[in-house]
Amino acid sequence: MEWEAVIGLEIHAQLATKSKIFSGASTAFGAEPNTQACAIDLALPGTLPVFNAEALRMATMFGLAIDAEIGRTSVFDRKNYFYPDLPKGYQTSQLFHPIVGIGHVDIQLDDGTTKRVGVTRAHLEEDAGKSLHEEFPDMTGIDLNRAGTPLLEIVSEPDMRSAAEAVAYVRKIHALVTNLGICDGNMAEGSFRCDCNVSVRIKGEEKFGNRTETKNINSFRFIEKAILGEIERQIDILEDGGRITQETRLYDANKDETRSMRSKEEANDYRYFPCPDLLPIVIDEEYIEQLRATLPELPDARRERFVSEYSLSDYDAMVLSADRYLSEYFETAATAAKDAKLAANWVMGEVSKHLNQTDTAITGAPVSAEMLGGLLQRISDNTISGKIAKQVFEAMWAGEGDADQVIEAKGLKQVTDTGAIEAMVDEVIAANQPQVDQYVNAEPEKRGKMIGFFMGKVMQASQGKANPGQVQGLLKQKLEQLV
Amino acid sequence: MALDRSDVEKIAHLARLQISEQDIPEYTTTLSSILDLVNQMQAVDTADVAPMSHPLDAVQRLRTDEVSEPNKRDHLQTVAPAVENGLFQVPKVIE
Repeated sequence: MEWEAVIGLEIHAQLATKSKIFSGASTAFGAEPNTQACAIDLALPGTLPVFNAEALRMATMFGLAIDAEIGRTSVFDRKNYFYPDLPKGYQTSQLFHPIVGIGHVDIQLDDGTTKRVGVTRAHLEEDAGKSLHEEFPDMTGIDLNRAGTPLLEIVSEPDMRSAAEAVAYVRKIHALVTNLGICDGNMAEGSFRCDCNVSVRIKGEEKFGNRTETKNINSFRFIEKAILGEIERQIDILEDGGRITQETRLYDANKDETRSMRSKEEANDYRYFPCPDLLPIVIDEEYIEQLRATLPELPDARRERFVSEYSLSDYDAMVLSADRYLSEYFETAATAAKDAKLAANWVMGEVSKHLNQTDTAITGAPVSAEMLGGLLQRISDNTISGKIAKQVFEAMWAGEGDADQVIEAKGLKQVTDTGAIEAMVDEVIAANQPQVDQYVNAEPEKRGKMIGFFMGKVMQASQGKANPGQVQGLLKQKLEQLV
Repeated sequence: MALDRSDVEKIAHLARLQISEQDIPEYTTTLSSILDLVNQMQAVDTADVAPMSHPLDAVQRLRTDEVSEPNKRDHLQTVAPAVENGLFQVPKVIE
């Protein structure tokens, strides 16, 4: 029997405002507990929420970026439930009239095709505080610094059919919100979280199977693993004749499995109603058009431009265009180096390798884009070879200066003086008589390959500094004279 | 519309209200009469009236995104029953 997975995702993106959605308390991450929770966030009697204009702007920008219907009138509703990290006893959210209506994003799949994924809606709401269960033996500690941080909840259609498609979608939304500058995208700090709704059905069937929701997964890799595991778990149950219970599950990264959190059948009774403390938010065409004019270049458009402007391959363009800061770095380096393809190779090669190894963000790279451009120029103008350039890059990464300083200090300048190279070539030919004899006696078409041996010797003698093109030319000339 | 006993028990549970057994009949009657009033209003023809989400015919004013609330933790926590290391303490909750 062939099974098919049906996946829909809810993404919570914390909006990068300075203050909270309904109060003037700071949203900065990592403060001492409860030092950024004011009377409004604590739901003390007599307080009134006032909506943050910046949260509205950011949500509207997202709507424009996914070509969605923007709610001209949107309304906050109360979602009622009791939990200690939600002091009001309800979460202020938007159910009936969200700020962002139906839109879509296009995702690129591994086979090179593009798939359109529908976005059902995106609405504004407030984040809850944090419950700390390990802090005390018999009590739960509550930190309300996060309470009231603005969230944009982005709900997809159940359009994805595999874990890989789901990850491609999450990456696309992540690229959008970070490029728009409306969310810092930091998954480890919880600024960007994902709930996965997964069900399976026999391929070809119309009806959806019962679904489970796996909550708060905080890395791209875990999203893929959690979905793969959940699909397998559901198929196993169904093939054994069981049925899937609709429930909320938690992903345990240590065990790489999901486990049941609570049954949803009776728990969900949120009794939504319009929040009487907040009036409807009304926006007009002028506001929308003003924001549309400020939309930055988005990853899809940038990818296409990288292909047409810099002649990059589709793959290179995709890798370099997704992240706003990585693409800025690439473009600056490409301009400074005056060679886009070389810059692309270095950004995706040495730079990315060093970032990964040292767990550094591109914005914190010790080698700036301008410095990299300077190094690449020295490859282009034959001051150094590509191989020596890697050595120079290491030194630059370690803070030993820019390319010219390192080349100077370490004496790595490529030898292009014909006389000096000729001397080394003569020396190598004289010192390796048996190989020279072989060369001379070999069939003419085999000699090309045999030059490699002499090339190696000369490069070794020059400590990698001889210009390889010149060495090859001279070797060929001199050896042919002996034939 | 008449509520029955189980409706009242469910509503009390959702609102986290502890109600005494003997009060349930009275709540059942009074809550049902509220719903009757709503039903009476439902009879009014509102076909040409746009639904309102708020009784005031006004729109939300917006606040500039500025941090205006300083740290008043010590003051705000004076009313909390239990505080430790800056955290509010509540009876253990584990999902």
